[in-house]
Amino acid sequence: MQQRNLWTALSILALATTVACGGGGEGGGDAPAAAPAAPAFDPATAGNVSGMVMFDGELPAGEELMMNSDPVCAMSATNKTSDTFVGSDGHLGNVFVYVKEGLEGQRFPPASGNVELNQQGCRYTPHVMGIRVGQTLTITNSDPTLHNIHASPSANDEFNMGQPIQGMTFERTFDTAEVMVPFKCDVHGWMNAYIGVLDHPYFAITGTDGMFDLNALPPGDYVIEAWHESLGTQTQNVTVATGQTADVSFTFAQ
Amino acid sequence: MTWLHLYARFLCAATLLLIAAGGMVTSTGSGLSVPDWPNSYGYFMFSFPLSSMVGGIFYEHGHRLIASSVGVLTIGMTVWLWRVETRRWMRRLGVIALAAVILQGLLGGITVLYFLPTAVSVSHAGLAEIFFGLTVCLALFTSTGWRRSGAASTHDAVARDATDVTTAALATALPVVVYVQILVGATMRHTGAGLAIPDFPLVFGGIVPPAWTFPVTVHYLHRLGAGLTAMVVFTTAGRLAMRQRDRPDLLRPAVSLTLLVLIQIGLGGWTVLSGRAPVINTAHVATGALVLGTSLLLGLRVNRHRFPDARQADASPPHAAALTAKEVARGAAI
Ligand SMILES: [Cu+2]
Repeated sequence: MQQRNLWTALSILALATTVACGGGGEGGGDAPAAAPAAPAFDPATAGNVSGMVMFDGELPAGEELMMNSDPVCAMSATNKTSDTFVGSDGHLGNVFVYVKEGLEGQRFPPASGNVELNQQGCRYTPHVMGIRVGQTLTITNSDPTLHNIHASPSANDEFNMGQPIQGMTFERTFDTAEVMVPFKCDVHGWMNAYIGVLDHPYFAITGTDGMFDLNALPPGDYVIEAWHESLGTQTQNVTVATGQTADVSFTFAQ
Repeated sequence: MTWLHLYARFLCAATLLLIAAGGMVTSTGSGLSVPDWPNSYGYFMFSFPLSSMVGGIFYEHGHRLIASSVGVLTIGMTVWLWRVETRRWMRRLGVIALAAVILQGLLGGITVLYFLPTAVSVSHAGLAEIFFGLTVCLALFTSTGWRRSGAASTHDAVARDATDVTTAALATALPVVVYVQILVGATMRHTGAGLAIPDFPLVFGGIVPPAWTFPVTVHYLHRLGAGLTAMVVFTTAGRLAMRQRDRPDLLRPAVSLTLLVLIQIGLGGWTVLSGRAPVINTAHVATGALVLGTSLLLGLRVNRHRFPDARQADASPPHAAALTAKEVARGAAI
């Protein structure tokens, strides 16, 4: 852990140096370094993006998860339906909506607190989530069985950790923005989750009502992307003006 | 049949079981269900609770347990050979087998710790087949049939029969062809290309794929390789059936091989059509190992006269007799 802190400190130092030298392209960290290219944005000028993600047609029925290979899961799990397609009345949940372009070069205060990923009832809660670069992800095994937590990012470091005992936790951070980082449990092949790693705080996950809000954005032009694990991604351009809420809606279909 | 030969056969069978168990790990996608190595979830391998062998762990940890057992069996084989075997090259073969199984264990560990890199996983699959081939060699070379045929060199005339060099060459090439085909299959498997061509026996409704991505190409090569392997097997078996009727030691593996190749092609097709059902897929892997083992057996028997323990027909009979007597004595001592 101490070593990780050292590395974080060194990375921040390296990043600060890069920025000072005029480098530092996109995808930088959340370093609170003095960045001359990023003037602090005045919250009083902020605007919002709000909208809904819809599904055209009848939402596919949630797949029944076969948990027989682990008796603990088979007996204790209360929910055995896949989280891939959730929603109601044409609204689509578990969609990750975020600002894809338009915030380059800007720095935002680091997020406070940890993000939690829980393994309970042999599934991940939440199934789709977002986290900031450098923010701590706490992973907990709440089940009386074993899980392995295997993340297979492409831009960040892959890891695979075992949690054989109920109540075990460990923490991880991500160094680079990446949408999305897939998580899976190789013990229970049906367990998967997705985490979007961003270097800014403008992301949301739709609930079963399909609603999302990206609040307190600096005024400007943005590309908003909606990501679904099986339906892919969609993008839309939007202009945010001070004190206004821009409406953006997405419609997915199979 | 000596106890040593029986033991070698057992090692060979255990290795086939190990390959099937390893096949189940990949077929069920359980390779990373135990994140650490050589420990399992922090437990020493043999103290990991059996009740925790749930889900993917059943396959991965089970594979590790069987692998360790085969490792121990191989140590036994190597020591046994070292102590009683009179043929020096055989003692060395025992050491080579031991080195192979140790390296194989390390490759298995490395592939887990580095999240199944394709090159390491394919090497692990490739070395598994080489080790299996070594156990086939050990079983064959310790058999009385092999040792007897070394003396009766008038019988192993195939390769020296000028009219049948082709058969001998085909039988010699066969294990190599099968091995290359297995490597292509392993590459396909560990790059997740097993369903890159979704139909069978046709290829996207035709004979040639419309596009050549890596998965499609490696999958198509495996199908072409199957055709080539089948041709070599059928030709070799056909020639043996016509020209070597007095050689049941060659005819039997040739017939087995013909049947195995037909079964294997069927299993390959079934794997695709079943959407890679783990049991079918694994049966395809295990049968592949059997095809390799049988073709190796055939290739070795055809080349019997080339081995150091073969006595040429024109060699001085007293010398041969003396050696045989010594071997009989040695056999009695065992
Ligand atoms: Cu699990």
